[in-house]
Amino acid sequence: MVMTICKVVLFILLAPILGGLMEGLDRVVSARMQGRQGPPLLQPFYDVYKLLAKQTTVVNSIQILFVIAYLVFTIFTGALFFGGGDMLLLFFALSMSEVMMVLAAYSTNGPYSALGANRELLQMMCYEPMILLVAIGFYEVGGSFMVNDLVNVDAPAVFKIPGMLIGFLFILTIKFRKSPFDMSTSHHAHQEMVKGLTSDISGNNLALYEIAEWYDEVLMMGILAMFFICKNPISIVVAIVCCIIFYLMETLIDNVFPRVKYIVMLVSSWVVILVTAGTNLLILSVIH
Amino acid sequence: MKISKSPWVLHYDGSSCNGCDIEVLATMTPLYDVERFGIINTGNPKHADVLLLTGGINAQTAPVVRQLYNQMPDPKVVIACGICSCDGGIFKDCYNILGGSDKVVPVDVYVPGCAVRPEALIDGVVKALAILEEKRVKVKESMKQGYCTVDYSKIAVRMKAEDYDPTTQYDEVLTEEALREQAEAKIAQTNKPAPKPAAPAAPAANAQPAAAPKKDEGGNA
Amino acid sequence: MTITIPIAVEFLIVFPFVMAVLMFCIKKASLLRNIIAGLGGFSIMAIAIWVGVQVLSKTGSTKNTYITNAETYDHLIMGGEIFLMCVVIFLSIKYKKYYAILLSLIGTLPVLWMDITGNAITGKSHLRVDYLSAVMILIVGIVGILICIYACGYMKDYHNHHVEVEDRSYYFLALLFVFIGAMFGLISSDNLGWVYFFWEITSVCSFLLIGYTRTQEAIDNSFRALWMNLLGGCGVGFGLMYCNMSLGIANLSQLTQIVPRTNMLVMIPVTLFAFAALTKSAQFPFSRWLLGAMVAPTPSSALLHSATMVKIGVYMLIRLSPMLAGTFTGVMITVIGGFTFFAASLLAITVSDGKKVLAYSTISNLGLITACAGTGTTEGVWAATMLILFHAVSKSLLFQTVGDIENCMHSRDVEDMHGLIIKLPRLAFIMIIGICGMFMAPFGMLVSKWAALKSFVDSNSVWLVLFLVFGSGSTLFYWAKWLGKICTVIHQSYELEDITPRSEMISLFPLTTMIVVMCFAFPWMSDHMIQPVLNEAFYKKIPNVIGGSDVVIMMIMVAMIFIIPIGSRVLSIGKRSKMTMSYVAGVNAGDDRHYIDSFGKERPLYMSNWYMTEYFGEDKLLAPCIVISAIIVIIMLIIVIGGSI
Repeated sequence: MVMTICKVVLFILLAPILGGLMEGLDRVVSARMQGRQGPPLLQPFYDVYKLLAKQTTVVNSIQILFVIAYLVFTIFTGALFFGGGDMLLLFFALSMSEVMMVLAAYSTNGPYSALGANRELLQMMCYEPMILLVAIGFYEVGGSFMVNDLVNVDAPAVFKIPGMLIGFLFILTIKFRKSPFDMSTSHHAHQEMVKGLTSDISGNNLALYEIAEWYDEVLMMGILAMFFICKNPISIVVAIVCCIIFYLMETLIDNVFPRVKYIVMLVSSWVVILVTAGTNLLILSVIH
Repeated sequence: MKISKSPWVLHYDGSSCNGCDIEVLATMTPLYDVERFGIINTGNPKHADVLLLTGGINAQTAPVVRQLYNQMPDPKVVIACGICSCDGGIFKDCYNILGGSDKVVPVDVYVPGCAVRPEALIDGVVKALAILEEKRVKVKESMKQGYCTVDYSKIAVRMKAEDYDPTTQYDEVLTEEALREQAEAKIAQTNKPAPKPAAPAAPAANAQPAAAPKKDEGGNA
Repeated sequence: MTITIPIAVEFLIVFPFVMAVLMFCIKKASLLRNIIAGLGGFSIMAIAIWVGVQVLSKTGSTKNTYITNAETYDHLIMGGEIFLMCVVIFLSIKYKKYYAILLSLIGTLPVLWMDITGNAITGKSHLRVDYLSAVMILIVGIVGILICIYACGYMKDYHNHHVEVEDRSYYFLALLFVFIGAMFGLISSDNLGWVYFFWEITSVCSFLLIGYTRTQEAIDNSFRALWMNLLGGCGVGFGLMYCNMSLGIANLSQLTQIVPRTNMLVMIPVTLFAFAALTKSAQFPFSRWLLGAMVAPTPSSALLHSATMVKIGVYMLIRLSPMLAGTFTGVMITVIGGFTFFAASLLAITVSDGKKVLAYSTISNLGLITACAGTGTTEGVWAATMLILFHAVSKSLLFQTVGDIENCMHSRDVEDMHGLIIKLPRLAFIMIIGICGMFMAPFGMLVSKWAALKSFVDSNSVWLVLFLVFGSGSTLFYWAKWLGKICTVIHQSYELEDITPRSEMISLFPLTTMIVVMCFAFPWMSDHMIQPVLNEAFYKKIPNVIGGSDVVIMMIMVAMIFIIPIGSRVLSIGKRSKMTMSYVAGVNAGDDRHYIDSFGKERPLYMSNWYMTEYFGEDKLLAPCIVISAIIVIIMLIIVIGGSI
C-alpha cells in the first residue's frame, strides 16, 4: 500500500518533468532533422511558465472547468497505471478525460474549436479500439488486467503480442498528435484550422492543457514499456531503450509524412488495428 | 525565469505587397531559425504574445487588427514590420489607407525597411521582448488592483430576452460596427491624409493609448 | 389480512388492467384523470417495490413457485388469445395488410389446438418470482410507472401541438397500463403457455401504440412492428408446443434446468425462444420496427425502448443464458448481438434526429446485452443484468427529456439542441446526466461494458471482442458529439420558456436521482441484486464478479465527477479570467454566431456536427446489415433444428 502511494506520488511529481523533457527532445530532434539548431531542451517548460504568467482569457466560465477536469482525469489515469491498477478501468478513465477536453472545445462555440472537437472525437474513435485491445492483449498474456501482475510475467509481452505493438505504435502517432494524423490540433505550421481543439483556450488554461498532455505522453510511454517489461530487471533497461527508439521514430514520422484526410485516418487506423491486433488476438485464442 | 524566453508570434498582413511577409516567414527557415529563441508562429491571437504587423492598415483590416489585438491576453507587444506598417509607406496616400499600424493599435517597436530584413526583424523582436518583460510587471500590479476580473459569465448565462443588449455584453472596442464607422468617417473626413512623423521611432505608449484596459475598468465599474 | 408475495404479484398483474379500464372510461384530460393515474400508478409502484424488496431480501434460494388454481385462469387466457387474434384479424382487414392475419393464425391456432385437445402438460407451477423476476419487477414497476405518469401530462401538451391528431389519449393511457400489466405477467409467469399469452399481448399493444396517430406512416410502421413481433410469437408458440408435446415440459424453469449436452433436442425450443427474443429486442435483422416506433408519441417510445418491450427479449435470453454456454445457438446469438452493437452504433453517428439517435443506441445497447447473455458465462449474465438496469433508467429519462425539449423548442433535432444549456438549463442538466449514464466512465453502462469485455475474453470469442472495441469507439463518438452540442455556451442567447408541466417533472426527477444513486450504489446492487440472480441462474455460488479495489477506483471516479464542478464553484477558479469572444479569424461580429464577410456584411455562422453520411449513412449500411444478419439467423435455425433432428 505504501509502495503504491509512493509510486503514485512519484508519478505525479516526475511525470510533468519527464513529459516536458520528452517534448523538448522532440522539438530539438525535429529541428535537427530539418537542418536547424532548434530551441533549447527546456523550451516546453519556458512555454508553460510563460503561459502561467499570462492573463487568462476565457470564452465562458465552464470552459476552465472542463480543462481542469481534463487535467485531473489525466493525472488520475496515469496514477492508476503507475499505481498498478486495472488496465480496462484505466482506459475508460482515459477516454473520459479526453471527452472532457472535447467538451471544453465544444463549449466555446467557436468555429475552429468546434471543428477541432469533431476531429478530436474522430481521433478517439480511431484509437479507442486499439487501446482496449491492448488491455485485452495483456490480459491474454498475463491472465490479469492488473498492471501489477502484468509486469511480473515470465517473458516480455511483446513475444506473444507483436501485432498489438505495431497497432499501438500506429495509434501512438494519433495520440501524440504527430503529423500524418495531427487533425485536431497542430504543432506546426498546419494552420488551416488555427489550433483546433485549443483555439479558444489561453493563458493558464492552455498551460494546464499542456501539462495534461505531458502526463498523457508519459502514460502512453509507460504502456509502451509494458510490452517489454518482465520479471527480469534487465528488461526495464530494454524497455527504456525501446521507448526512446520508438519515440524518436514518431518524431521521424512526424517530419516525413504530410497530413492526411480524416477518412484516410479512420480507414487506415481501423484496418491496421484489425489486421495487426485482430489477427494477433485470433492466433492467441486459437493457441489457447 | 523570464517570460520572454517563449514569445509566440501572431503575424497579420494589414495590406502589404507581401514582401515583408515573405521575410517574416524567412525568419522561420533553417537559415535564421527563430525557434532558437523559442519563437513560434502561432496562428492564434489567444496564444500569442507578439503581434507582428506588416503593411499599412486599410478600412477593411482596421477592425480585424483591433479585434486580434483585443483577443490577445496581456502582457502583449506589437511590432510594426516594414515601412508600410510603420507609417503607410508608399501606400500612404492611397484612398483606403488609414496609415501605419499605430492608427489602430498601440505599437511598441517599429522595424523599418522595405522589405524588412530578417536580421532587423529578429532585432526588433528581441527589443520587443524587453518591453514584454516590463509590461508583465505592470500587468501583475494591475491584476492585483482587480483589473480584468469581471465575471461576464453571469450575464451571459443568466439572461432573459428583455436583458438583451449587445452593447453591454463586451468591451466596446470589440463591437465591429463602431470601428468600421470610425474608419469610414476618417476616410470621408480626410481627403488628403495629414502628414505623419517620418521617423518611426515614437515610443509605444504615445502612439495610441491602449483601449482595452480602460474599457475593461469601465465595465468593472 | 397479511399480504403475501403471491397475492401481491397477482395484484400487480391484475390491477394495471383495472387501471386501464378506468383510464379508458375518463375520456377527457383532467385533474381527476391525473390524480387517478397518479394514485393507481404509485400504488402499483409501491407494491412492486415491496415485492422486489421482499424477494431480494431472502437469502439462499427463492423457491417462490406458486401453484394457482390453473383451470379457470387457463380458460381466461385461452379466451384472451382468441380475442387478440380477432383484434389482429380485424385491423389487418381494415387496413388491408393480410399477411399479419396469416402470421397471427400460424402462431395462435396450433397452440389453441394443443390446449383444447388436451395435449398440453399441466405444469406444477404457473407463477414464479425469483431474483431475476424481482429485479425486472422493480424496473417495470418504477420506470414503467413513471413513464405512465409522465404520459398523463405529456399527452395534454402533445394534443395542444398536434391538433391534426384526434385526441384519444384515454385509449393511449389505457394501453400503457395494459402493457405494464402484461409485463408483470410475463416476468412472473413460469408456465410457457402463459408466457406465450403475455408475449402476444405486448406485441399487439405495441402495435396499437405505434399506430396511435393513424397517419399512413404510423400505420405502415405499426404493421411492420406487428409482423416482426408475430413472427417472434410464432417462435415462442412452436417452442412451447415442442416443449409440451415432445419433451413433456410445461415450465420455463424446468426447461432451463436441463443440461443441454445430454439431450440435444432441448436446444430446439431454446433456439426458437432465442429467435423470438431477437425479434422482441429488435436485433438485426428485426431492428426496423423499433426505428419505426418513433412515430408514436414520446411516452410510447420511452416505454417500448427502455423498461418494457425490448427488455422482454433480453430477459428471455438471460433466462436461457446458462443453456446457451458453449452451444452453437449461443455462438450465433452472441454474433448477432455483437454485430448489432457495432452496426447500430455506426448508424447512430449518421442521424441527427434526437429520437432516432436514441433508437439506434437502444438497438446497439440491446445488442450488447444480447451478446453478453449469449456467452452464457457468469460475467456475461452479470453484465447483461447490470446493463438492463442502467439502460432502462437512462434511456427512459433520455426519451422523456427529448420529448419535453421537443415540446419547448418544437424540434428534437440534435443540431437544434445547440446551446441547450443556456436555452433550457434544467432540461439540459437532466439530459447531460442521462447521456453520461449511457456512456461516461464512472457511470453504470461503462462498468457493465467492462464486465462484458472480461466475459468475452474469458469465453474466447474474438469476433465479439472486436465488435465490442470498435463499437465502443463509435458509441463514444455519437454520444460525445451530442453532449458537446448541449454543452455549447452561446453568448447573448436567452432562456426559452420551460413549459414542462409538474407532472412530467414528477417522473424526470426521480429518474435523474436514480441514475446518480445507482452510480454510487452499484457495488451494493451487485452484491444484493445481481449476485443472487447469478447464483440462482447457475445453481451454484458464484464468486464476486467485481473486485474490491476496482470498486474503490470506480467510486473515486464517480466522486471526482461530482467534486470537480462543486469545487470549482467554491474555489472560484476562473473568476479572474477576462471574457472574450471566440476566435473567428478576427472578424467575429460580436456574438460568436456572426462574422463580417469581405463586403462588410454580417453573416450567420454555424458549425454543425459531423455525421459522415457519405461513408456509413443509413442508405448505405442498413440494407447490407439486415441481409447479413438475416443470413446468420437463418443459418442458425437451419443448423440447430436440422442438426438436432
